[in-house]
Amino acid sequence: MSGHSHTAPPSDPELRIKALESLLVEKKLIDPDAVDAIIETYETKIGSRNGAKVVARAWVDPEYKARLLADGTKAIAELGFTGVQGEDMVVVENTDEVHNVVVCTLCSCYPWPTLGLPPVWYKAAPYRARVVSDPRGVLLEFGTRLSDDVEVRVWDSNAELRYLVLPQRPAGTQSWTEEQLANLVSRDSMIGTANVQLPAQGAAS
Amino acid sequence: MNGVHDLGGMHGFGPIDPEPNEPVFHHDWERRVFGIMIATFGGGHYNVDQFRHAIERMGPVEYLTGSYYEHWLSSLETLLTERGAITQAELDARREQLSKEAR
Repeated sequence: MSGHSHTAPPSDPELRIKALESLLVEKKLIDPDAVDAIIETYETKIGSRNGAKVVARAWVDPEYKARLLADGTKAIAELGFTGVQGEDMVVVENTDEVHNVVVCTLCSCYPWPTLGLPPVWYKAAPYRARVVSDPRGVLLEFGTRLSDDVEVRVWDSNAELRYLVLPQRPAGTQSWTEEQLANLVSRDSMIGTANVQLPAQGAAS
Repeated sequence: MNGVHDLGGMHGFGPIDPEPNEPVFHHDWERRVFGIMIATFGGGHYNVDQFRHAIERMGPVEYLTGSYYEHWLSSLETLLTERGAITQAELDARREQLSKEAR
């Protein structure tokens, strides 16, 4: 067990982080403007739009796809997506025979440069506990029904290795541009809890 | 380390309940926890394994009832005090002061 003791009952998180931040600023251990810039970056610049561009490129460029599956980190870096929590990327491809789904049972490991920060459900106990024992049941909760003859592979991420699912390109999108395709690719399809769906109206624009 | 964080395969946690169009952060304090974690990590106050291990050292009840960014907050407090960037006494005093000001 840890040696630290909390004599007072822990106060609310808002007050606790304010106390911590004000001390760190006073001691010049952090610069509040730099903290603001970090928050803004992850709120507005880094997100699953990045991963969607990787997927769309792989769909339209077979050579890129081959590089992506052979060395995910390097191929993703070709599109400019690098950095913390994406240092070692493995891309796993969905096919007619295999469906991949990603979890971090121990914590919340997730490929930040391509998907941004993870949603609450990815980091919470129900998904982490159950997707490894009942992946088909979990996928149904996301509205994703897999045929019985499709093999499900569940990938448990860790601090060193992060996974990105390469979903299947929907039929009927042969004439779509790379940009239109990227707009189709959802975050959940790259975690593996969903497939890529055509919009209900079927319009390509 | 064997602990409550090792959730894979456990039963009884209920539905997953994904939130449609979920925002990146749900509260402003979550933003501050995230930004301060990246800043102090970047400042070399601890590495990512130490950060995760400090979450795993949380008490099991605190772990299971706390949200994700509460885990981060707990880890920040643990590591920054253990490693001497700030003292527990300073932190307690500052909380007390802010709490009085808020009343």
